Amino acid sequence: MELWFSEFHAPDVKHSIRVNRHLYSQKSNYQQIDIFDTPEFGRVLALDGNVMLTERDEFIYDEMITHVPMSVHPDIRDVLVIGAGDGGVVKELARYKTIEKIDLVEMDPQVLEACRIYLPENASKLDDSRVHIYYDNALRFIRKCYSAYDLIIVDSTDPFGPSEGYFTREFYGICYNALRDDGIMVNQQGSPFYKQDADAMRRSHQRIVTTFPISRVYQAHIPTYAAGYWLFGFASKRYHPIDDFEADKWNQLKLETRYYTTKLHIGSFYLPAFLEKMLEEVER
Amino acid sequence: MLSQLAFFVLRGEYMKELNQNRAPIYEALEQFREMRVVPFDVPGHKRGRGNPELTAFLGEACVSIDVNSMKPLDNLCHPISVIREAEELAADAFGAAHAFLMVGGTTSSVQTMILSTCKRGDKIILPRNVHRSVINALVLCGAIPVYVNPEVDVRLGISLGMKRDQVEKAIRENPDAVAVLVNNPTYYGICSDLKAIVQMAHKAGMYCLADEAHGTHFYFGDNMPLSAMAAGADMAAVSMHKSGGSLTQSSLLLIGPAIHEGYVRQIINLTQTTSGSYLLMSSLDISRRNLARRGKQIFARVVEMADYAREEINAIGDYYAFGKELINGDSIFDFDPTKLSVHTRDVGLAGIEVYDLLRDEYDIQIEFGDIGNILAYLSIGDRMGELERLVSALAEIRRRHHRSSKGLLSQEYLPPVVVISPQEAFYAKKKSIPIKDSVGCVCSEFIMCYPPGIPILAPGERITEEIVQYIEYAKAKGCSMTGPEDPDIQNINVLEGGR
Repeated sequence: MELWFSEFHAPDVKHSIRVNRHLYSQKSNYQQIDIFDTPEFGRVLALDGNVMLTERDEFIYDEMITHVPMSVHPDIRDVLVIGAGDGGVVKELARYKTIEKIDLVEMDPQVLEACRIYLPENASKLDDSRVHIYYDNALRFIRKCYSAYDLIIVDSTDPFGPSEGYFTREFYGICYNALRDDGIMVNQQGSPFYKQDADAMRRSHQRIVTTFPISRVYQAHIPTYAAGYWLFGFASKRYHPIDDFEADKWNQLKLETRYYTTKLHIGSFYLPAFLEKMLEEVER
Repeated sequence: MLSQLAFFVLRGEYMKELNQNRAPIYEALEQFREMRVVPFDVPGHKRGRGNPELTAFLGEACVSIDVNSMKPLDNLCHPISVIREAEELAADAFGAAHAFLMVGGTTSSVQTMILSTCKRGDKIILPRNVHRSVINALVLCGAIPVYVNPEVDVRLGISLGMKRDQVEKAIRENPDAVAVLVNNPTYYGICSDLKAIVQMAHKAGMYCLADEAHGTHFYFGDNMPLSAMAAGADMAAVSMHKSGGSLTQSSLLLIGPAIHEGYVRQIINLTQTTSGSYLLMSSLDISRRNLARRGKQIFARVVEMADYAREEINAIGDYYAFGKELINGDSIFDFDPTKLSVHTRDVGLAGIEVYDLLRDEYDIQIEFGDIGNILAYLSIGDRMGELERLVSALAEIRRRHHRSSKGLLSQEYLPPVVVISPQEAFYAKKKSIPIKDSVGCVCSEFIMCYPPGIPILAPGERITEEIVQYIEYAKAKGCSMTGPEDPDIQNINVLEGGR
């Protein structure tokens, strides 16, 4: 018997992963949640049929969305994480002893419940004493915060589902408001390759550019995401991701990583020509 | 035995006519689709085959029911089978003596109400903040408007309902008037004391007509203002496509027992198309069924969302999302809790400016913005996630654009001076002059911001200094002005001879 999980990366492109077992399948109030056990990627979490993470390549995403801002801002104490119900980002953040508070705002309690059971490694730091979990709409939660955080990490699903509101100008505006004067917002910004993704990426970049004084895009290679090519947004009130980058200081922390390095940090901001052009068009 | 038999016969009747789980037009169309009838009739696209681009755009399911009147599908001009049944079900659901399916928008329902009750030279008592379709109907039939000046809320700058004593005075001073027309509610959700007005009108031998373009849900939700049919009004124009969920341009006209159904049908047929759209009619049928089955829950949910949004918006500061606290027992006899109207002047922005910012910068389209307020339309189809976006965007607009509200015009009520009937003015000899030079002239056309579509000037009214100032201000703030022949709204048609 052949059992495959397939996901459309574009209307005419499909990505398939062989499945050993379908471990979890539930419809929550917000989305369809599935967890598969697969031979190549280990356990796979899919929301509404889109791969959110796999055990095999989640480290790339979690490291890149966490260590890039952490190595630029010298004194991050209060962090807000949006989405990220699988706990991967929190796990990475929890390695920094200097962080005093991690607020996690997740819309869907069922994602956390499922991940605690089926992805225990990812969810391992959700019970850290610095972590506070809020089940709420992030727009609602952040709207009431002023100068409360040094870092906001937006780890949302793609912009065509329940997270649509997290790619909007009003969302970036209230994030700006919730950050301190030297705060940083990092978000997953989708893929620039297939047209529908590229259009959404450009729209959200444009909205960030008009909200934050500093806004750069960086990249990573993530095999199970569309085109295997993923972007992150680095938006900041004061610190520039390269000019203010403190490589030595970060290296002294001696955090072991599998993808992120201080050399890669700089390299990840150097983008291919087609992407530079795409971004320049909306930055004007 | 006899009584038991009668009971069964009655119950049989009941099942046939009043089963709100049925949707006769929808059912007939489904059956028709299955029969695969070969079309040698109009429309010429023949189930979409003749127009592949249109079919690809709208979908085959949609174009395949865009069909002509025929025996199994009845005829809107003279309904005897499935349309008739759909109308009877609608009448039952809305508590009316009869209901007419309308395919020319609520404009056609409003016009039918007026053309059915007024003839040339008849007087009709109405508030000035009526929709343009009302005055358009007066142009068509030649009736004379007697305006009851509505109260104005000074802080919000909006016209309210009609006070009872004002209506009573208008009736007393115009005993020859034939009808009283009431907005139930206004665009902003404000209701007059409809029941009292109906009683006053009937006592004076006048009909009472209700423009319920914004009141479909009054018939289904709990704790809603009184609906026109429940208040005993004679006719009501109901925009099913607004809060009822049917397709744009579909509407219902309801009548009470004192109105002759056959005569109203004749009036409708004077202007209504003879090719009624089955897309529109089936959408009315299915929406009526949905409202009858689930209306109560649906509108409870809408009210819950609107109340939540009011609370959150008022917590932002400077915005005022108003609600039932405005009720004063007379000019605001009741308030429609589904309407999310927000006063914006204290943020330092005109409503129309907030309306434009929401669309241009936040990709949020709301119903309208006027000089001092915005209105977000909440309905069946809304979700909490989008509501959070709206509230957050308003918070952002305040943070980025807050300024002193000095110099912002308050929307005042400009009492109209009716010089001649709208019809006479519309057809009279006229000339085009610049608006700024028109003070003192008699206007022969409409000027309004659309939406909300309430005329600033109607044909036959004297143009005053304040009106010209208001028009210039509304244009400067970016209101979409409509009405005049001149598309740039620089010039206005006035009566020759000045009067």
